[in-house]
Amino acid sequence: MKLAIVKYNAGNVQSVEFALNRLGINPIVTDDVRELQTADKVIFPGVGEASSAMDYLRKRGLDKVIKELRQPVLGICLGMQLMCRHSEENNTDCLGIVDLNVSKFPPLDKVPHMGWNSIRCADNPLFRGLPDEPFVYFVHSYHAEIGEATICTSEYIEPFTAGLCSGNFFGLQFHPEKSGAVGQQILQNFVNL
Amino acid sequence: MLTKRIIPCLDVKNGRTVKGVNFLELRDAGDPVELGALYARNGADELCFLDISATLEQRKTFAELVREIARNVNIPFTVGGGIGSVAEVGTLLNAGADKITVNSAAVRNPQLISDLAGQFGSQCVVLAIDTKFDNGEWFVYTHGGTRPTPIRTTDWAREAYNRGAGEILLTSMNHDGTKNGFALDITSTISQLVNIPVIASGGAGTMAHFVDVFREGRADAALAASIFHFKEIEIMDLKKYLKENGISVRV
Repeated sequence: MKLAIVKYNAGNVQSVEFALNRLGINPIVTDDVRELQTADKVIFPGVGEASSAMDYLRKRGLDKVIKELRQPVLGICLGMQLMCRHSEENNTDCLGIVDLNVSKFPPLDKVPHMGWNSIRCADNPLFRGLPDEPFVYFVHSYHAEIGEATICTSEYIEPFTAGLCSGNFFGLQFHPEKSGAVGQQILQNFVNL
Repeated sequence: MLTKRIIPCLDVKNGRTVKGVNFLELRDAGDPVELGALYARNGADELCFLDISATLEQRKTFAELVREIARNVNIPFTVGGGIGSVAEVGTLLNAGADKITVNSAAVRNPQLISDLAGQFGSQCVVLAIDTKFDNGEWFVYTHGGTRPTPIRTTDWAREAYNRGAGEILLTSMNHDGTKNGFALDITSTISQLVNIPVIASGGAGTMAHFVDVFREGRADAALAASIFHFKEIEIMDLKKYLKENGISVRV
């Protein structure tokens, strides 16, 4: 199994790598187009800011490469948000893989939404074997609206998309690599797809 | 619903945990990696590792330790203790830490908070404040609580928030080590003053103290060391108790 993690300017991929190591997988971290295209699975992580991440991807042509991938692709946190159509964060046009908009949490409570929150999951292979409404770890200030591509929701200040799916593309707003046994199961499910 | 977090804190010196009794489950209770992984399995929501090494030589081993923790622990963890520069933070985050704490260095140079938030994002910048109630007011102390400053704790918390700190770890020196409960008043004041999470620290002695700090103290998370290390309170028992008392926790 060849699993590639997209290397770009948004964030620390060390934790994702270690989480996969714990499942017995040694991912490669790369921005090489050929490597990404020939991988069995691709993880698109991200901690950072949307517009600088999109600029970076566009300058290197990685935006098109990612959109055209045919194997299972998993976006995590900012990676998931970049799969959406548009982000309010510095008014950024994203990849548009799914037809969802990303906006900032209204300032009715503390932002970022940080900590363990429960999720409600649709029947999807990514969530196989999970307990009912499991807890996962979130850290984010922006959130995707709920729409057709939503396969998992959570609620903080208001309901939002915690997971999405469109064809071979999957996205998670939370951090499976930091979500204990539940997160490990989700990553294992992705690897098994 | 977003849950309240329970955070065991481990003091590390020269790569070894300092406090703690024998854990029968562990081969080596002095190994921060093994102890951290055990706490994670037993329901801790996050971990905090503070490096209290005295020498620069010892501090170098801390980054290697952080990498080992990240390799073995599947929940978020914060590291801190004597961090003074953007470069040091970069090293620790690259090693796999999720967040770092700054304390004395940020008091000396508040711009450090802005620089760290700008470079790495607010979500990983935790400002640790050691505070003491003196003559009717709460003041900031530095250097492990040994040096007083004329800075009011509320002013410092507000400035840190404005500079982009993502979380505040508030330790009351009046309460730390007493086991008489957390400082509810200043915790509640800071929690309502800034729009970021506040972690209460210092004074945990009973499970009821945690209910108080989440309810009256309006804390988002509570940190403790010895009551967990000496097994006076098991994290799972604490969480059950909190849940029974209407506090939202991950169980």
